[in-house]
Amino acid sequence: MKAKVHVTLKPGVLDPQGKAIAHALEALGFDGVADVRQGKYIEIDLEDGSGGGAEDRVNEMCEKLLANTVIENYRVEIES
Amino acid sequence: MKTAIVVFPGTNRERDMAEALEMASGRPPAMVWHRDGDLPDADLIVVPGGFSYGDYLRAGAMAAHSPVLRSVADAARRGVAVLGVCNGFQILVEAGLLPGALLPNASLKFVCRDIGLRVVNSGTAFAAAYGSDRTLRMPVAHHDGNYFADDGTLDRLEDEDRVAFRYAPLGGEAADRFNPNGSVRNIAGIYNEHGNVLGMMPHPENAVRPDQGSTDGRGLFSGLAAALG
Repeated sequence: MKAKVHVTLKPGVLDPQGKAIAHALEALGFDGVADVRQGKYIEIDLEDGSGGGAEDRVNEMCEKLLANTVIENYRVEIES
Repeated sequence: MKTAIVVFPGTNRERDMAEALEMASGRPPAMVWHRDGDLPDADLIVVPGGFSYGDYLRAGAMAAHSPVLRSVADAARRGVAVLGVCNGFQILVEAGLLPGALLPNASLKFVCRDIGLRVVNSGTAFAAAYGSDRTLRMPVAHHDGNYFADDGTLDRLEDEDRVAFRYAPLGGEAADRFNPNGSVRNIAGIYNEHGNVLGMMPHPENAVRPDQGSTDGRGLFSGLAAALG
């Protein structure tokens, strides 16, 4: 079983890296880029047979470590 | 004043901090390796600067969940003074001992220079030696010092007099240049609700000898030594 975790900055939190990427895209001639937000993607392999509740456990991992909920949102996908 | 310094893999300012603490207290601090769950009896615990765990995931995130930080949190709850400088500040916010978060600098560059630091609240042992509204000279050296909290938290910090220091112009510095990292409301250091935990980005331990370009950091350590015995 695999958990895919997306961690993104909350709206309103300054993202200077996203801004720098947006400027670079503009400089490369890509028109129409209104905004760029950069986040993190984390894959977690879960042992088979760890049973139900996998999503709850990964959510708890996010709350405790993977995301800083002061500044970040997270989204969890479980793939069996 | 008995002091202890917590050391993680990647910490690199512990010797400077030890020197500053010994200068103020007359005795060397206990150096506590992160795997030691138990802290020695201390009046002041310092989490120094550096790059604990290589800033993996987020600056301070790994160290914040180490066993020794649980002991630091317990001590803070008992009223022991805790000082986090630079990476130490990042660790204390990640551990939830202080509110908010420290984002990458707005410039995306590592900033290493002297800054002006205005003392906002000198009503604690940390800043008692300064008096309010004084501007100190101290160095910063960080990549992730951009303090952030939501407006509600910031208003509460200000209402409760918990902003310890703000960045301020150093003699003639331009108004748009003095904040080195983009921190909200120019915040450089904050207290917890009881005033016994201070987190700050600038390095007082690197402003204690004339050859460092400033001795303005001395007051922080001498004030603590006077208050804590």
